[in-house]
Amino acid sequence: MHIVVLAKVVPDPEGPPSSYEVNLADKRVVARGLPPVINPFDENALELAIRVKERIGGSVTLLSLGRKLSRAVILKAMAAGADASVLLEDEAWDQALLDSRATATLLAAALRKLEPFDLVLCGRQASDTNAGVVGLGVARLLGIPAVTLARSLEVEGGRVVVERVLSDGCEVVECDLPALVTVSGEAGELRYPSLQAIRAARELPQRVLGPKELEGDVPPPWMETVCLEPPRRERRCRLVEADSPAEAGEKLALLLWEEGVI
Amino acid sequence: MAGGGREIIVLAVGEGGDPTVLTLELLGLARGLVSEQGMVTAVVLGSHFEGALDEIASRGADRVIYLEHPSLAPYNPEAWQAVLEPYLEEQGAGLILAGHTCLGQDLLPRLAFSLEAGVVTDCVGIRAGEDGFLFTKPVYGGNALATMRVTTPLTLATVRSRVGEVLPPSSPGGELVPLPADPPAVTRMVVRERRSLEAGECPLEEARVVVSGGRGMGGREGFEMLRELARLLGGTVGASRPPVDSGWAPATCQVGITGKVVAPELYIAVAISGSSQHLSGMCDSGKVVAINKDPEAYIFKVSDYGVVGDWKEVLPAFISRLRELV
Ligand SMILES: Cc1cc2nc3c(=O)[nH]c(=O)nc-3n(C[C@H](O)[C@H](O)[C@H](O)COP(=O)(O)OP(=O)(O)OC[C@H]3O[C@@H](n4cnc5c(N)ncnc54)[C@H](O)[C@@H]3O)c2cc1C
Ligand SMILES: Nc1ncnc2c1ncn2[C@@H]1O[C@H](COP(=O)(O)O)[C@@H](O)[C@H]1O
Repeated sequence: MHIVVLAKVVPDPEGPPSSYEVNLADKRVVARGLPPVINPFDENALELAIRVKERIGGSVTLLSLGRKLSRAVILKAMAAGADASVLLEDEAWDQALLDSRATATLLAAALRKLEPFDLVLCGRQASDTNAGVVGLGVARLLGIPAVTLARSLEVEGGRVVVERVLSDGCEVVECDLPALVTVSGEAGELRYPSLQAIRAARELPQRVLGPKELEGDVPPPWMETVCLEPPRRERRCRLVEADSPAEAGEKLALLLWEEGVI
Repeated sequence: MAGGGREIIVLAVGEGGDPTVLTLELLGLARGLVSEQGMVTAVVLGSHFEGALDEIASRGADRVIYLEHPSLAPYNPEAWQAVLEPYLEEQGAGLILAGHTCLGQDLLPRLAFSLEAGVVTDCVGIRAGEDGFLFTKPVYGGNALATMRVTTPLTLATVRSRVGEVLPPSSPGGELVPLPADPPAVTRMVVRERRSLEAGECPLEEARVVVSGGRGMGGREGFEMLRELARLLGGTVGASRPPVDSGWAPATCQVGITGKVVAPELYIAVAISGSSQHLSGMCDSGKVVAINKDPEAYIFKVSDYGVVGDWKEVLPAFISRLRELV
């Protein structure tokens, strides 16, 4: 069983809103002082991959695309239970500049070099693009079936059985292998590696591929960003003043009543 | 104009009963975007949707193309693709819209790569620009709003609830036309079973009042009190992500960028700090009330009314006073 996990390096999405600055002129979001991390849903995907490996054996390869990828972040993810990593790295592969078509095309080209694989796992969406497009694009380009929004999965007799999250419940689908599955947060958090495992991960095979090693060119974009702006959501808050929290609760009820809010 | 106003197609699911509010909103949105000469087509796939077709036809669709077939419900992406792709290719529409639902998120990127067209997901606004449509969507967890343009002749977009407005019914409605297609009998992927979570409560997206709790609720008991408050106000209970992850509230309650998007008349946020990911799901609410023990919590910056205090003390007094008032 060879599982490839698509893992994107992003600025920590849990950082406070104040650390995100929108640079209007060059249409970029600058995350000030936030460390790079693996996109949380990709961590969920890696966790599912490791669980499959624990149950039925096999190997897990981490695949990431970008410009100047943080080695420390990749190493820590590998230490959780991956066997190898492949980094697609180039100055021109800046994630703020590539659209989902270009990203999917490059990842699919790399996956062709990693064949044979049985399962490709990725996040339901990246925390920066908030798109949820790349995984389905990769599956289409490779001609393999795709299942989205997994909370768990099992490999049984050459097929994968996926429990999918729906807005009003869940559904179990079964699919031929090889397949691509996008993973949701309900899958559970990635286990934390020990320091020892992080040190040992340095010895694991790491490959770096650039434009010369990948076949095909980056296709022209299907989409472009016309402008970026900060969200407008601030309001003027009327704080209820009172001598005790209980009194404040009562006053709040009265205020909402008087103002016709309830 | 890139494919512009010629024809806009709205994809709807038929799974028994009425069309969703979101489907009707998309028809209203499409009506507002389409050019004078253009037309709005609704495509409805699934099974058991008799009544839904007339409703859709009367709320802004010039045509309703439909196909009822057991292979199409429950939704199977490969069966849907096999039916839709030849039709869409032949139509040459400029824009295809679907709700940003589990189905829309799953289907539209697939169609986009098959039809070699750009797709924008999770749109909070669409307007006609000088050369083609402009799509607004949150990025970086809601810390920024991006406006995108698509360069292919066809564009696909998934749209959040409350972006479009439901049109009043008109008669005669658009014509109903069956889609002559045969879904494949065998696909690489099959739905084995589907389980629905507890129904009964008003769906979050349609609630007029939402009472949400966050990590600071500390456990299930806290959510009991929120339920009591919601009942009193005729509302529904929501949650930020940590209570869902901890199992204090069902996953269907999650409000935010990866949960539900709500815009009730009143949103009460209890023990929620106000992360971008949460705000992205509720910042269009009418009035926002925050109860939080930390005066510096960001949620106060995006609220209309606030109480600084421990919910364990604030809520019981709030609830009992409300009981006297409402
Ligand atoms: C990719 C991604 C997607 C995400 N999607 C979502 C999403 O859809 N929805 C979502 O909500 N989050 C989402 N998150 C998580 C989000 O980043 C935050 O971690 C989360 O919203 C924080 O929830 P919270 O405000 O309840 O908890 P915290 O930030 O921990 O805040 C708890 C608050 O409770 C207050 N408090 C504690 N005790 C009390 C008390 N006794 N009385 C009163 N106040 C008290 C504290 O002062 C604090 O302000 C996502 C994160 C990522 C990375
Ligand atoms: N640069 C990248 N490197 C590795 N994986 C990626 C990259 N971009 C996107 N992905 C994968 O595709 C998923 C969806 O991305 P998106 O369509 O941008 O929301 C992510 O959760 C990742 O698993």
